Amino acid sequence: MEMLMTVKPVLLWSDWLIFLLVLTLILFFINLGKNPVARKRWRSVFASRVGMASFLVIVFYVLIALLDSMHFRYPLDKLEGSDEQHYSQEVNSLLDVVLEDLRGHDEKTYSSPFAIHSFSKENRTLENGQVVRDYPRLEYAGSHLRKHETVGSDVFERSMNALVVGLGIALVLALLIQLLRRLTGKQASAWLPWKTVYLTLGGLILVTVWILQVGGYYHILGTNKVGQDVLFQAIKAVRTGVLIGTLATLITLPIAVILGIAAGYFKGLIDDVVQYIYTTLSSIPGILLIAASVLLIDVYIETHAEQFRLSAERADFQFLALCFILGMTSWTGLCRLLRAETLKVSQLDYVQAARAFGVSHSRIIGKHILPNVTHIVLIALVLDFSGFVLAEAVLSYIGVGVDPSMASWGNMINEARAELSREPVVWWSVSAAFVMMFVLVLAANLFADRVRDAFDPRTVN
Amino acid sequence: MLAYIVRRLLYAIPILIGVNLLTFALFFMVNSPDQMAQAQLGDKHMDPQAIEAWKAQRGYDKPLFINDAEDSDGLLTDTIFFDKSVRLFVLDFGKSDEGRSIAEDIQQRMWPSLAVALPTFVIGLAVNIVFALFVVMFRASLFDTAAMVACVVLMSISGVFYVFAGQFFFARMWNLVPISGYLGGMDAIRFLILPVIIGVIGGIGSGTRLYRTLFLEEANKDYVRTARAKGVPELTVLFRHILPNGLIPILTSVVVVIPSLFMGSLLVESFFGIPGLGSYTLDAIQAQDFAVVRSMVFLGSILYIVGLILTDISYTLVDPRVRLS
Repeated sequence: MEMLMTVKPVLLWSDWLIFLLVLTLILFFINLGKNPVARKRWRSVFASRVGMASFLVIVFYVLIALLDSMHFRYPLDKLEGSDEQHYSQEVNSLLDVVLEDLRGHDEKTYSSPFAIHSFSKENRTLENGQVVRDYPRLEYAGSHLRKHETVGSDVFERSMNALVVGLGIALVLALLIQLLRRLTGKQASAWLPWKTVYLTLGGLILVTVWILQVGGYYHILGTNKVGQDVLFQAIKAVRTGVLIGTLATLITLPIAVILGIAAGYFKGLIDDVVQYIYTTLSSIPGILLIAASVLLIDVYIETHAEQFRLSAERADFQFLALCFILGMTSWTGLCRLLRAETLKVSQLDYVQAARAFGVSHSRIIGKHILPNVTHIVLIALVLDFSGFVLAEAVLSYIGVGVDPSMASWGNMINEARAELSREPVVWWSVSAAFVMMFVLVLAANLFADRVRDAFDPRTVN
Repeated sequence: MLAYIVRRLLYAIPILIGVNLLTFALFFMVNSPDQMAQAQLGDKHMDPQAIEAWKAQRGYDKPLFINDAEDSDGLLTDTIFFDKSVRLFVLDFGKSDEGRSIAEDIQQRMWPSLAVALPTFVIGLAVNIVFALFVVMFRASLFDTAAMVACVVLMSISGVFYVFAGQFFFARMWNLVPISGYLGGMDAIRFLILPVIIGVIGGIGSGTRLYRTLFLEEANKDYVRTARAKGVPELTVLFRHILPNGLIPILTSVVVVIPSLFMGSLLVESFFGIPGLGSYTLDAIQAQDFAVVRSMVFLGSILYIVGLILTDISYTLVDPRVRLS
């Protein structure tokens, strides 16, 4: 903890954006109370058990991403006879501190889940000078075990321990929530599916506690080629996944909204120009545009190396560029929908009346049009999220994804090309990536369905 | 109708010019012709003359968009952009930066692409429609709910997972098909089975779900209720009323992708090592071969625009109320 007081905070561009994003979302939810129609629709989202459970899972992922977005650099020891403080070139995050036990325990190379021996044989010299070839003990995993202890019983003991601690924390939390509900009046929140809330929260807490308790002593999901803990890598990749899902849409959202509404409202020449722009963009095959742009950005970074002092900054720039490009390939669809809806809304009587009264264009758009098309933006946001998370994996696999130094599920899957052709197969790294990704995407898909059901006028009855 | 098609084709010209402008701007924003020449020639031939010669030979020795040195009639025409774009409009793709004929490459690589994309498209469409119809038959039952849950789960699994699982089980464990690669002639079938199966499975989740919604929309219409009220058997209602009418929105919505099938799939081809247009493009991007990238983007855009026109035409074919004007 003392170390944390002297560190130098680092704010990457994507950190700025994610904090801004979370702040906007919180403001958005606070603001929601004012609009009774929107409140009723959100209620129907959270009143469903699936909607609530998937929302909590998404929030859990977002919290990990936030924790991983608080970056800093550790101070280096001062040089002899110099007062100047230098900082490490490596950028760490709060999540690294929380998972210190997983991060620091690097082995030499592959080891399978819960193994205490290495995955490949090595030459070892015995005390009597004889050379044998066998599986060496791992440096960290299970190093606390005494002679007669087995891995199974030790893991069981620690898991039981974690279960008790986890249940304890969950129980305290549940009591706190109950207390809060009593204080605010139980009826007010009776519409929420509380049983689902408690079960989901309990599950998430148990998993977290178990990982923290057992993960320090074993590699729960094994280690990768250079001996890093796979579980740690998979958790670090959460930030990349969550950010790409949200930023890709949000960066280009203003373009889609402004152009779409302008085209539908002003019509005429503006409409023609906007339609021309989005038809042109959407007629280029999306994946081609992405692949070409990403490789161009690589070239840019190579030729402008002096702009990026830290390797983390370089990776971050490339990452944001990827988000932007992904967004570029998807905003045209949203723009088209917004234009059509604005055309419809601006024909309505009250908008015509407002025009006749001489209300200014900006006021009509802000007061009458924008509120009537927000549901389209919202549905597009949640529907695109899971698509982008999946796209990242594919793009990294064909080599046009995020920087290889950045932890991402796509990079983990990319490494699996070599791992899966080994004998015996190294399956844990790629499985971890797929499972972590699957949980996030499934939660996002289920949540998106609920949001669409609640907000799409065609399905609202 | 003919007038409409001609007008649409004329309207495609500014769009294609825009596409070209965009690819040019993107490519030359970070990559000057000098750098391209250096990358292609390698470190051995770094002297300025060799670079100039390389540029002159491939027509990269002119200004990009605006030629200040020329008077008014050469201002915009005597540039790299004009030179390279005009040829594309008459489908003269020229030579790649490596010196191969792009048109020949495309003709050669089109067939493997089509051999994967076409069966995937047709079988996938048929499977999805059959599944959706089956689910609609048991609508509002436990089976319906279970099928929809399965669809969401299938949609949430990464496409790469299907590829890995397919290659691992079908090719490595059971040795049924080769892991990847391609051979011409009848041997191709062995190599095509796995990509096609995986392509179909990867699309089942979203496809079935979408088509179910479309069929359900149809099933809730008045004429269907009337048919049931008259005592028409449920299966007849399904196949005589719901299926043909539900097919209309499905077919008109997939028409747009049919021309693009020629382009193949970048992903499937690179996963399975199929020498089609998709992997051609990917290789060109990685080798920074601008001539190929530009041609493929252009071709892709044309096919997409043709798809849009075909969609409009298909509307008039299935629904006589729609008039193109």
